[in-house]
Amino acid sequence: MPPVLSFLVQPTSTVDGPEAPPAPDSRTFGRAVGDVRDAWRHRELWGHLGWQDIKQRYRRSVIGPLWITISMGTTALALGLLYSQLFNQEIATFLPYVTAGFVIWNFILGCITEGTDVFIANEGLIKHLPAPLTVHVLRLVWRQVLFFAHNLVVYLIVLAIFFPSLTEPYQMAGENVVQPGVNWMILLAIPAFALVAFNAVWVALLFGIISSRFRDIPPVIHSFINLIFFMTPIVWHVGVLNSVSGGSGGWRSYIAEFNPLFHFLEIVRAPLLGHQQQWHHWVVVAGFTVVGWTLALVVLRNYRARISYWV
Amino acid sequence: MVSIDVWNASVDFPIFDAKSRSLKKLALGKVGGKIGSEGRVPIIEALHDINISLKEGDRVGLVGHNGAGKSTLLRLLAGIYEPTRGSQRIQGKVAPVFDLGVGMDPEISGYENIMIRGLFLGMTRKQMEKRVDDIAEFTELGDYLSMPLRTYSTGMRVRLALGVVTSIDPEILLLDEGIGAVDAAFMAKARDRLKDLVRRSGLLVFANHSDETLIEFCDSAIWMDEGHVKQQGPLREVLSAYKGHDPFEYLSPETRQRLGLDNEPILSANGGE
Ligand SMILES: Nc1ncnc2c1ncn2[C@@H]1O[C@H](COP(=O)(O)OP(=O)(O)OP(=O)(O)O)[C@@H](O)[C@H]1O
Ligand SMILES: [Mg+2]
Repeated sequence: MPPVLSFLVQPTSTVDGPEAPPAPDSRTFGRAVGDVRDAWRHRELWGHLGWQDIKQRYRRSVIGPLWITISMGTTALALGLLYSQLFNQEIATFLPYVTAGFVIWNFILGCITEGTDVFIANEGLIKHLPAPLTVHVLRLVWRQVLFFAHNLVVYLIVLAIFFPSLTEPYQMAGENVVQPGVNWMILLAIPAFALVAFNAVWVALLFGIISSRFRDIPPVIHSFINLIFFMTPIVWHVGVLNSVSGGSGGWRSYIAEFNPLFHFLEIVRAPLLGHQQQWHHWVVVAGFTVVGWTLALVVLRNYRARISYWV
Repeated sequence: MVSIDVWNASVDFPIFDAKSRSLKKLALGKVGGKIGSEGRVPIIEALHDINISLKEGDRVGLVGHNGAGKSTLLRLLAGIYEPTRGSQRIQGKVAPVFDLGVGMDPEISGYENIMIRGLFLGMTRKQMEKRVDDIAEFTELGDYLSMPLRTYSTGMRVRLALGVVTSIDPEILLLDEGIGAVDAAFMAKARDRLKDLVRRSGLLVFANHSDETLIEFCDSAIWMDEGHVKQQGPLREVLSAYKGHDPFEYLSPETRQRLGLDNEPILSANGGE
């Protein structure tokens, strides 16, 4: 055994560093990008934690995470039946529409509302472990992806039930477009969802950082998000904007078009439902991806090192 | 190469209250002119002008009164707090053990907690799977390991946490006080493992109030006082200055024997007195 103790050793710590101090690099893009990159490398950690979060939530219930699927199923069924009557839509095409919209919305909702709390809720871990901050964000988004996967089962069931009418070309009431019906284009939903999830990361980063400094943000977002749910075409279809005016919709179509969440929703939902893909949604989402990530990286660069002081 | 360097570093905590955390105040403040968002926020200077340079093989004890900044310094060395002024450079994988409970989930089993805690300390899943049996044996928890953590007593939790912590391979090991609350027989066992851990780690910084522990694990020391480094040097020197007497004189004969100090002349460090 090497001697643990010895009296005559020179102090191993010297007062001055051997070299000149490097310039502080806390506020550089290198560190901001490095944080995201290192977090990605910790896949094992946030992957495991995300699973654990889901298992943990349903640990003491008999059917476990199946609850996620069941509650989504009932909600989508009830909303689909109600609104198809209110808006005079075919159940066979409208119920899948509402289900798909609601499943995707739940993902977006989870990422935004939990995103605002992401650093506040992880205060203990942030103050005790020198892990990249983005780890907490990735854990959150991964958990939401897993929820989404559970909910998607509901959509697949609905799709199976209405398969005959969904695979034929059909029209939503109030719209002149003939939708081609579900075909191999449904695969486009995969990259579309990946893109939405990629955006969820910057949203949670940005909102999480701002919220840890200004604690009024989370309640504000939590209350506004309900409003946004009703403003977004989820339980209603853009076709009604046309039918109320008896024509092309006019200015009313902007209610949907000016809502960024509509575009995120639509790139995933259209292929799932066999709707004609409108490429301008992709353009808008791509724009938000670039702008959003730039913004998030700037904020991360400036305030990354402050988070552990703020939470 | 494992090393930690800190140059003129300060750590200031802004103390936000409801007002300064509010957006409204910031928005209104901007109207009147240029007032920084933190300009009116009171600040606690937890550390100032810290210069430390540690390298591979260093075994540093951290002493100081309550509130002197030991825990904060450990967090600075871990990279959790980046200095508000000055700079810091950490090379090597840091394993901080500040609170044995963090990262432990009461609802999940002991086994699952071992895995999670290990992942948090920078281990991979594979490495942890290899160590699970060893940890289970060391903790002597037996079948309890498949029970949720909330069914454990405090001491059992500490056993589990110690088991995980002492099984990792850290490059930089940062220990805060608070490793206790287990029975004497187990502590003797844990001590051996802790020693082993310290030997495996490239660099150790250990905040502790017990002379005995410091003498056992460290060979140099830093004395923190009111947020700055008051003294830094060989353990015996710093401890003597901090306590006002030579700590080696006060060790019981059993401890001296256990630490293998019997041949050390008691007055070697201050022989002139
Ligand atoms: N998160 C924080 N916010 C505000 N002040 C803090 C925070 N953490 C520490 N401080 C302040 O910094 C100073 C040093 O605290 P620290 O916990 O480092 O002391 P310590 O030396 O570890 O004390 P102890 O021996 O009691 O553990 C204290 O005055 C404390 O009030
Ligand atoms: Mg402390």
